[in-house]
Amino acid sequence: MASLNIRAAILSISFLILALGLWEMATQPPEAQTGMTEYEMLMGGADQESRVPPPSAVIKLAWAELSNPFYDAGANDKGIGIQLAYSVYRVLTGYLAAMAIALPVGFLIGMSPLMYKALNPYIQLLRPISPLAWMPLALFIIQDSDASAIFVIFICSIWPMLLNTAFGVANVRQDWVNVARTHELGPLRTAITVILPAAAPTILTGMRISIGIAWLVIVAAEMLVGGTGIGYYVWNEWNNLDLASVIFSILMIGVVGMLLDLALGKAQKLVEYKE
Amino acid sequence: MSKSFLEVDGLCKVYPDGQGGELTVFEDIRFALEKGEFVCIIGHSGCGKSTILNVLAGLDEASAGNVVMNGKEIKGPGLERGVVFQNYSLLPWKTTLNNIVFAVRARWPGWSKEKVKEHSERYLKMVGLDHAMNRKPSQLSGGMRQRVSIARAFATQPELLLLDEPFGALDALTRGVIQDELVKIWEETRQTVFMITHDVDEAILLSDRIFLMSNGPNARIAESVKVDIPHPRARATIFQNPAYHKTRDYLVDFLVNRSGSALPKRDGSPKFIEPAKGVAQSKPASAESETESESDTAARAVNA
Repeated sequence: MASLNIRAAILSISFLILALGLWEMATQPPEAQTGMTEYEMLMGGADQESRVPPPSAVIKLAWAELSNPFYDAGANDKGIGIQLAYSVYRVLTGYLAAMAIALPVGFLIGMSPLMYKALNPYIQLLRPISPLAWMPLALFIIQDSDASAIFVIFICSIWPMLLNTAFGVANVRQDWVNVARTHELGPLRTAITVILPAAAPTILTGMRISIGIAWLVIVAAEMLVGGTGIGYYVWNEWNNLDLASVIFSILMIGVVGMLLDLALGKAQKLVEYKE
Repeated sequence: MSKSFLEVDGLCKVYPDGQGGELTVFEDIRFALEKGEFVCIIGHSGCGKSTILNVLAGLDEASAGNVVMNGKEIKGPGLERGVVFQNYSLLPWKTTLNNIVFAVRARWPGWSKEKVKEHSERYLKMVGLDHAMNRKPSQLSGGMRQRVSIARAFATQPELLLLDEPFGALDALTRGVIQDELVKIWEETRQTVFMITHDVDEAILLSDRIFLMSNGPNARIAESVKVDIPHPRARATIFQNPAYHKTRDYLVDFLVNRSGSALPKRDGSPKFIEPAKGVAQSKPASAESETESESDTAARAVNA
């Protein structure tokens, strides 16, 4: 009996083949029954109906795109690698800025019940706002579309990190804090050597949620601000009616999102501990 | 009055009772510890033993009264007082050795890395866990964890060790083994120890004196019972000593029949009792640390 992993892999691949097969069959152009009409001849033999491209077309395009991902042939023709790099750069910049604020403020809120009570109403009010709703205001104030996209990432990834840090810090077991106290550790050393490692798994969970949200939001933000990035690329290909490229970039969005999540999952493993 | 190493004077703890009133858990707690003494405190649940220990540790504040150690009032926690908690309180993300290194480094910040490591390893060896140095606490049994915790406390060489029911969560067999280890380390180091326990036999095996607390609320330390059995003691042979049975009977009688009504002396200090006085000893009793007047009251108390 093959191991569970091998059996799962076989099943996964079968599903993939089945799905691609169905997709391929459903998107074949109908056989020409008769010779071309005059109209069709005028149109160079093109279909009158547009249809979703078959997977074979998408794979062919993916091969072409991925074999030269960083070409740059002008504003509206850049390689997929460049577009993705723009998006990742925006996500990471906004995300790191959010981290720089969320972690210290989360520590403060978690350690001080007073600060928690004072700031909680604002957090609860600001948190449910769709990050894209900030876009017009950001564009007006910052006056720069690239920075506005980064700001939107910042504002959407700050909340999960902030709340998880505060929660993790507030719920560090009193016993461990007492260990720090009986060993006369100062507030800063207690924060670094006891509270940070104790709360790290919770904080990393917040960071993982944040990076997921940031990657979701960047696509929409770039559709709005335009210019560069994977979100813009998807929208641009839609305007070109190049559906194979649209499908291909959708898949690439999934791949990069998965990689970002995997990276934080690995980091989470590093700080995990068993009691 | 001569100054003792540790003096506890008029300690009292009041909590809100949740119905608008107040609940006095214990009041007017007075006692003194001498350097090198091992003292256990026994009392029924709810009499505030743990709170007293936490006040000594500086982790909790009393509502009234004060604690003076070495002529200095205790305010807040400090490295000169080591604590072993009932739930071990090891840092789970650190290895066994690093848990001890953590404490040693805090105690002697100027020490070199090698010296800290060597010192920590020595204490880990003392509790027989040098083989588990690189394991995380979650990979150790409860007994092993408590041994690490004990090693951590002894490694910082505090002037006063506070043990909060350290063996409470362990099974009887493990408890016996670790009691033996504690006896061994204590014979080596002769630290001053203040320990909470629920186990009468454990108290007799380990301590020079046993404080008996009356029931809460308004609990007091009513009596201070001398354990007149010479050191070193061994768990396997201690019951052969006639003083053991006298002491044990006295303690059990207190806990079963008298803990509800027992009171300390008029001045608030515990009555000094020597239940095994006059019982033949194989060795002369350990050095007298009590004053003349206390022995007198003890005699009266026994006669009463």
